[in-house]
Amino acid sequence: MSVTTVSQRRPWAALLDISFWADWASVVGLAGLVILFGLATPVFLSGANIQALLVAAAILVVVSVGQTFVIATSGIDLTLAATITLGAVCLGAATAHGFGTLAACALAVVVATAIGFINGVLITAGRIPDFVVTLGTLSAVTGIGLILSSGEPVMVSSVFLLRLASGAIGIVGYPVLVAAVVVGVAHVTLYHTRFGVHLLATGGQAESARSMGIRTARIKVAAYTISGLCAGIASILLVARIGSADPTINTTLLLNSVAAVVLGGVSLFGGRGSILGPVFGALMLTALVNGLTLLGVSAFYQPLAVGIIVVLAALVMRYQQ
Amino acid sequence: MNPAPADAILTCEHVNKHFGGVHALRDVSLWARRGEITAIIGDNGAGKSTLIRCLVGVVIPETGTATFDGRPVRFANPDDARRAGIETVHQNLALVDELTVAQNLFLNREMVRHIGPLTLLNRRGMYHEARHLLSRLSINVPSVHQRVRRLSGGQRQAIAICRAVGVGARLVVMDEPTAALGLQETANVEALIRRLRDEGVSVVLISHNFDQVLRLSDQVWAMRAGRVVGTVRAAETTGNELVALITGAGLTRKESVA
Repeated sequence: MSVTTVSQRRPWAALLDISFWADWASVVGLAGLVILFGLATPVFLSGANIQALLVAAAILVVVSVGQTFVIATSGIDLTLAATITLGAVCLGAATAHGFGTLAACALAVVVATAIGFINGVLITAGRIPDFVVTLGTLSAVTGIGLILSSGEPVMVSSVFLLRLASGAIGIVGYPVLVAAVVVGVAHVTLYHTRFGVHLLATGGQAESARSMGIRTARIKVAAYTISGLCAGIASILLVARIGSADPTINTTLLLNSVAAVVLGGVSLFGGRGSILGPVFGALMLTALVNGLTLLGVSAFYQPLAVGIIVVLAALVMRYQQ
Repeated sequence: MNPAPADAILTCEHVNKHFGGVHALRDVSLWARRGEITAIIGDNGAGKSTLIRCLVGVVIPETGTATFDGRPVRFANPDDARRAGIETVHQNLALVDELTVAQNLFLNREMVRHIGPLTLLNRRGMYHEARHLLSRLSINVPSVHQRVRRLSGGQRQAIAICRAVGVGARLVVMDEPTAALGLQETANVEALIRRLRDEGVSVVLISHNFDQVLRLSDQVWAMRAGRVVGTVRAAETTGNELVALITGAGLTRKESVA
């Protein structure tokens, strides 16, 4: 990374370089929000609130990691939130039909992963733009969820899921642990495997990657499949958190996952990736909502604030090198 | 005809290729000597690039035979040619701008290490090898950690050539390596190509630039309208003679085959 080479020579010089701020926008933004909210309302920095904030961020973190893999190939997965909903519906239906919780969770993950795989195949084999395919499957997958459930939410009462949602090791909640494992595996995959390099090459210049013998279609399918897998994990966390599988739940996960990825310094044109960046982006968006809530700001202002932050971040990103 | 010398690293004979109704290569035969720089010149559409693409397996000719290093070969795709020891530096260089110099040098040939069941990149090893390779060929880049996007045209060309040599190619095929470069950068790339020859790597070079061909190459082949129309030693010819060869004006030398 260019930042490290600069900072090796003159540590302070990096701070004058605007590309430093662009690369670390999500970290700087998160730190800024923490200081701002910490001063405005001391409750924000209480152990209990930070714990709650991290648990609340876990789902978005997992989804953003999935979105990162797709965006790094210069694609976009618009189906993500619908896939999570369908995974949740499958989980609920399986439980209602007497399946064990683990089998139901496995079903949710398999269905979500399959949707990601299908997206990838449609895009590469059908040679249809990512945006169009995932926009189509967004609608189709939402429809399947409604058909399967007849539009009715299903209560899911499971000791396992209850523990998953509320349990903790020490002060770290289980959802946070799940997210941390996903982040760890994703980081190693992106930065320490051949697949990771090939993924970035595919997103950066598919033509060049192909002429070096990289099978870019396979890489792309794999990226969407990973995105589906993350959606499956997120669907379990979501059902555990709200205690039911609701086919009509309208989450902000899709747009917030894209926002987190953009805040994290991942180029929407592909080829440039980071896992920790989007994770900090997701934490930042969650902290923003959490802090505004603590300050008693109406929930109606939250989307506005998220939107402003994302556009500001995009402006700073222009100075990335 | 010009029978291939005993020390030819690459030969091809009677290569024909049509694209639809266009006879792109007409009974082309040519050879390149081991450890030499062989240039192929010709006007636009003369068939130079098509010939190169046939030689490295990108295009499959209808007829013709080829040998590499004394053995008959038939490349079905570029990977076959690569495995045999022929690397191609395409005009677009096939670099990925967002990746670092080292990542580009090892693209799809990454060094790995095994840790338990995991196969992870040996990043330190690749950075070390990359530095070694660049200094061996005296290629100047600020850092192997630098993104290729920030390099100049000449540096990018050098990286692409370096990558071809780095995997142990014995023949490097280059398509117009200096077409988009300024004077100084052209000189640098030409010096690099000479260093390859000094290291025993054979080079086949497509060029429009007669001065460059005379400066750089050992053997020159001229093509016109899909045919090989002559071959000369670069040391024994002049720019005017090369122009005469590729335009077909006044074929007098006995090397010329019409």
